[in-house]
Amino acid sequence: MSMTTLDFEAPILEIESRIDEIKNVSGLGAGEIDAELKSLEDKLTKLKANIYKKLTPPQKVLVARHPNRPYTLDYINSIFTDFVELHGDRLYRDDPAIICGTAKLNGDPVLVMGHQKGRNTKENIHRNFGMANPEGYRKAQRMFKMAETFNRPIVTFVDTPGAYPGIGAEERGQAEAIAKSLMVMAELTVPMVTIITGEGGSGGALGIAMGNRVAMLEHSIYAVISPEGCASILWKDPAYAGKAAEALKLTAQDLKEQKIIDEIISEPAGGAHRDYDLISSRVKDFILRALSDLKKMDREKIFEDRYQKFRAMGVFAE
Amino acid sequence: MGIRDFLSEKIQKVNVIGKKEIDENLWMKCTSCGEVNYHREVAKSLNTCPKCGKHFIISAMEKINIIVDKGSFQEIDSNLRSLDPLKFRDSKKYPDRVKAAIKKTKMNDAFLSGIGRINGRPVHIGAYEFSFLGGSMGSVVGEKIVRLIESAIDNNQHVITLSCSGGARMQESILSLMQMAKTSAALVKLRKAGLAHISMLTDPTTGGVTASYAMLGDVNIAEPGSLICFAGPRVIEQTIRQTLPEGFQRAEFLLEHGMVDMVLPRSEWKGTLSNLLDFFG
Ligand SMILES: [Zn+2]
Repeated sequence: MSMTTLDFEAPILEIESRIDEIKNVSGLGAGEIDAELKSLEDKLTKLKANIYKKLTPPQKVLVARHPNRPYTLDYINSIFTDFVELHGDRLYRDDPAIICGTAKLNGDPVLVMGHQKGRNTKENIHRNFGMANPEGYRKAQRMFKMAETFNRPIVTFVDTPGAYPGIGAEERGQAEAIAKSLMVMAELTVPMVTIITGEGGSGGALGIAMGNRVAMLEHSIYAVISPEGCASILWKDPAYAGKAAEALKLTAQDLKEQKIIDEIISEPAGGAHRDYDLISSRVKDFILRALSDLKKMDREKIFEDRYQKFRAMGVFAE
Repeated sequence: MGIRDFLSEKIQKVNVIGKKEIDENLWMKCTSCGEVNYHREVAKSLNTCPKCGKHFIISAMEKINIIVDKGSFQEIDSNLRSLDPLKFRDSKKYPDRVKAAIKKTKMNDAFLSGIGRINGRPVHIGAYEFSFLGGSMGSVVGEKIVRLIESAIDNNQHVITLSCSGGARMQESILSLMQMAKTSAALVKLRKAGLAHISMLTDPTTGGVTASYAMLGDVNIAEPGSLICFAGPRVIEQTIRQTLPEGFQRAEFLLEHGMVDMVLPRSEWKGTLSNLLDFFG
């Protein structure tokens, strides 16, 4: 996989390439190389931490959409075993923008699901850039109901620009498909855990995101509309996307403060895309803690726990 | 000024329906077929065009009054008001937009809810006020819908919602998105209580409102000609770079594609709802 670099990551890349250069240079004494390398590596760690600590909301949008960011299949492969992918909504077709199946988490059967983006143009056309059609949500409903029948916990990974806005999607009831997913999730009496890993794009994200426990990765985003869409409508110009990103309060830190999510999963220095193993182990840790907590509840309590969580959302005066 | 100019000026002034200052004797030009009608004729046909049947956008109260028995409506939860938790500001501050909308509509937010009677039978009913920030669903609207459903459960009554909305309220960002989850979840409890939700989709019903409780009626009823969609036509056109086919995302299109049970003119709302309520018991 080729590495894409964001503008503000340039200083990181610069030091990384110097480290590579030194590693390739021969003729110096081993001690000198080690000392130089160590100093550069220290510098690199500090730089990554500093740059990523101060990311602005528009920069976070870029990180959340980073083409090297781990995607759902990366998490499935490193966190779970025995993944069996299941396809199709039994009504019209399979939607590759949402993947799901059975798997084991430390040996225990679970249902896993998530939006899936592609790594290159060909994959992205196949995955529709992670933007699901109604069939994706109907497949999700089918899977939610199956987990309910067999009393298995559900883990969902959210990473989508939004539900697909297309002619076919509207003809086949995109609105109904998302709405029904919300209702099916609300009915569940099995534990559900959701992780926003990259882009939480509006209803398309929420359509698989009604976990009893919801976490966001440190540099992920979640909002009612994309900054570009918001800018087009409110500022009448998509060039104001940066301003909209600030205004929408879409960072994990904002959502934690608003009590919309339960936890922020901290990312490796320089972002999740720099260490798949480390971020996966942190995500796994969150899932295990959340599920062991939820397992203490009986099924009716699990339903009520989720109901009250979303019932409480909203800020108003009376 | 000739009589023609005089008339056309008058016609332009009364083009927007629902303004109190409109003289009963004036004319109005239909925004759909272009025919000129007496305003009192339009009012008599429940604010639809007597020539082509175009349903003009009307207020929340007017919609509820078409359905409930005269004088039976009692509002609930009218005191809920929006706050500005995100300190949202685009070209204007969100609280200023809310203040202007309250002044304009004499309502505290975009949803009017309460209890009324249909041919004597009590129901819980709520409607959007489109002129309040495009009928957008923020925390207050979501909360009022959920409270309407909860009150219906407590009183063992069915629920009728009349949607008319530009979708989720962007100025409340994630909080407005979560109203989709909250309202849809409340319908699970309504169903468990054996009570019905009849969803009336009026022009326009879009975005997060369509993609939540509004598409989750036990029966979905669309107003003739209304725009009902998830993604708006402009968003789709920008995405696919194509012009959309005639009638796309209109009520009749949704009926054809199986998304609504019927397209029903205002004149038939009350009678049909009454029949459906007989079935729901
Ligand atoms: Zn007409």
